[in-house]
Amino acid sequence: MSKIEYTSVQGKSPAYFGLLGTLGLFILAGLLAAYYMEHHGHHVTGMTNQIVWGLPHVFAIFLIVSASGALNVASIASVFSKKIYEPMARLSALLAVSLLAGGLVVLLLDLGRPDRLIIAMTHYNFKSIFAWNIILYSGFFVFVGAYLWTMMDHTVYGYKKYAGFFAFIWRLILTTGTGAIFGFLVARSTYDAAILAPMFVIMSFAYGLAIFILLLMATYKWTNMELGDAVLRRLRSLLGVFVAAVMYFTIVFHLTNIYETQHHGAEKFILLEGGIYTTVFWIGEIIIGGILPLLMIFAPGLKDNRNSLGLISAMVILGGLSKVYVTVIGGQAYPLEIFPGYEVSSSFYDGMTYSYSPSLPEFLLGLGGVAVALFLVVFALKALKFLPMSLSDKAVDPHAK
Amino acid sequence: MKKSENTTDTTATNASRRDFLAKAAVVGTVTIAPGVLLHQAARAATAEVEVEVVEVIELDAEPDKNTSRSTRPLDQEVSDKNRWGMLIDTNKCARGCTSCVDACNEANGLEGKTGPQDTQYIRKVTLKSKSTGHETSLPLMCQHCESAPCVDVCPTGASFIRADGIALVDRHICIGCRYCMMACPYKARSFVHEDIKNQKLSAPRGKGTVEACNLCVTRVDHGGLPACVEACTAENHNAMIFGDLKDPNSPISIELRKYGGKQLRSDLALNTGVRYQGLNE
Ligand code: SF4
Ligand code: SF4
Repeated sequence: MSKIEYTSVQGKSPAYFGLLGTLGLFILAGLLAAYYMEHHGHHVTGMTNQIVWGLPHVFAIFLIVSASGALNVASIASVFSKKIYEPMARLSALLAVSLLAGGLVVLLLDLGRPDRLIIAMTHYNFKSIFAWNIILYSGFFVFVGAYLWTMMDHTVYGYKKYAGFFAFIWRLILTTGTGAIFGFLVARSTYDAAILAPMFVIMSFAYGLAIFILLLMATYKWTNMELGDAVLRRLRSLLGVFVAAVMYFTIVFHLTNIYETQHHGAEKFILLEGGIYTTVFWIGEIIIGGILPLLMIFAPGLKDNRNSLGLISAMVILGGLSKVYVTVIGGQAYPLEIFPGYEVSSSFYDGMTYSYSPSLPEFLLGLGGVAVALFLVVFALKALKFLPMSLSDKAVDPHAK
Repeated sequence: MKKSENTTDTTATNASRRDFLAKAAVVGTVTIAPGVLLHQAARAATAEVEVEVVEVIELDAEPDKNTSRSTRPLDQEVSDKNRWGMLIDTNKCARGCTSCVDACNEANGLEGKTGPQDTQYIRKVTLKSKSTGHETSLPLMCQHCESAPCVDVCPTGASFIRADGIALVDRHICIGCRYCMMACPYKARSFVHEDIKNQKLSAPRGKGTVEACNLCVTRVDHGGLPACVEACTAENHNAMIFGDLKDPNSPISIELRKYGGKQLRSDLALNTGVRYQGLNE
């Protein structure tokens, strides 16, 4: 295969600076929101002693999970030696670290005491999966960073295969670790399931790829570089496989819960009686995030239709956010079962479904995290050569018909 | 041990007073060392202590026979010789009575507000059996688990179980991640959502950190009882017994041996320090 030529975006146009500026504004709004929340305390958010993790966690977890999945394209290229993905490996790794950075910023700024970051870095309770995650996240930056380096610097090019392999293993552990955050909450019947961790891995594949596809299409459109159908066709069917896998895991997850008597209440809550959570589950997670994208991906008439691919990716992202919302918030809204066999009531809201209305600052903080991720990508695309000059059908696969 | 220092440091007793307390307790313990009389004498020793610390923690002047108390001198490290616990008889707990809750709020400087963002260390829960319709009421607070989920998940180690079984949060290293609140099976913890005014010296709190029932650790260290237990006894309901689960002769151990006691969510095998009686559907 011929050598791939890479380039950076020129980044001199008003549109480029406009984009950076807009993202900067969102970041600023997120920071102000975080400051507001810290200054007044979480009192100004919709979070309570019942719903202790709110919208910022939804964004943070979504971004962190997607980060690992965004690395997929690179992994397939290096670990599984699929040549057609090779030119996009750099971009895939860049997106991965950027998404992780965005997610971590949100996670950090939502702490009750973000000023104690140093404590979080120096006091480790090694029994805590949370503490392990701090290590996993730092490691992700190191491994993917090293991987990028081997891809971009020809003097260390020989190590690329190994770097890619370690990054691949690491991100699998990382997503398992993120899923395990919930798996450890055995007291909550909504989370008490071993399947949660592998499901997070599959979710990461789908969401990360959806974001990658959008990024790829937007970049090549705005830079007027060539992006052929061959690449997109591959990515499209890969996304189809991942979305189908997420659906499969989701079905198994809920069927298992229906089967286990002690989870009946919680399951009925999410599937039937949970009000907003039930709606978000069926409309957001299942229909928008699963059924519609699948139908559109495999609809013959839409095969090389780019707009439809963009829409599909957006729907997968929306469905992903819905799924994380249902998992995080819906999972907390269902009351703890401390006294099985009793109807329970108290001044501390025992035995009742908790309501949560996210506040504007929480939303802005979450969007701020997204903006951080995108800002990093847009900035890096100008600073270094991440983009293959051409992704035309001929460039990616000379033997293609 | 760093952690036990942290908690005692915040108790706002001055050095000389502490010295005196230590001596009083040592004298007490030495005099009564031989077996059976231990509890009574310990109470005598604490009776003296109470005079000394009355402005700080307002201990009950009248110890009752239903409890055992700490006799550890304050300058001695907390050890696992004791395990403090509580036994709650739901049949004696009066419906509608909130004396324990009020006393807790008073002792810990909580305002007693019950909005969704407000702190509650202890709450009264009303139960109605789905099969018999029988109604019960009971106080619910941190169960001071031995294998505590809050401790397992806490990333920094701010949540910890003191050697004598009391679950605490070190406010200096809590980063406010609220993972412990997600993990606690009893919803025992609260997050401080706003600035705190008028806090008590003996019960420090802080915006952005997590807090919960600490079994009135300061009072217990001074040979006193948790405020809720004291209040329940004062009301003559006697639904709560406090004491040392490791001492076979303590009233709580004797009662448990005779009549048993249930751990909430015993399926999780957390070995809780708080036990309940009378919870039969
Ligand atoms: S009841 Fe909750 S807060 Fe208390 S020790 Fe157990 S897990 Fe921790
Ligand atoms: S909120 Fe504080 S005590 Fe609770 S898990 Fe986080 S750091 Fe530990």
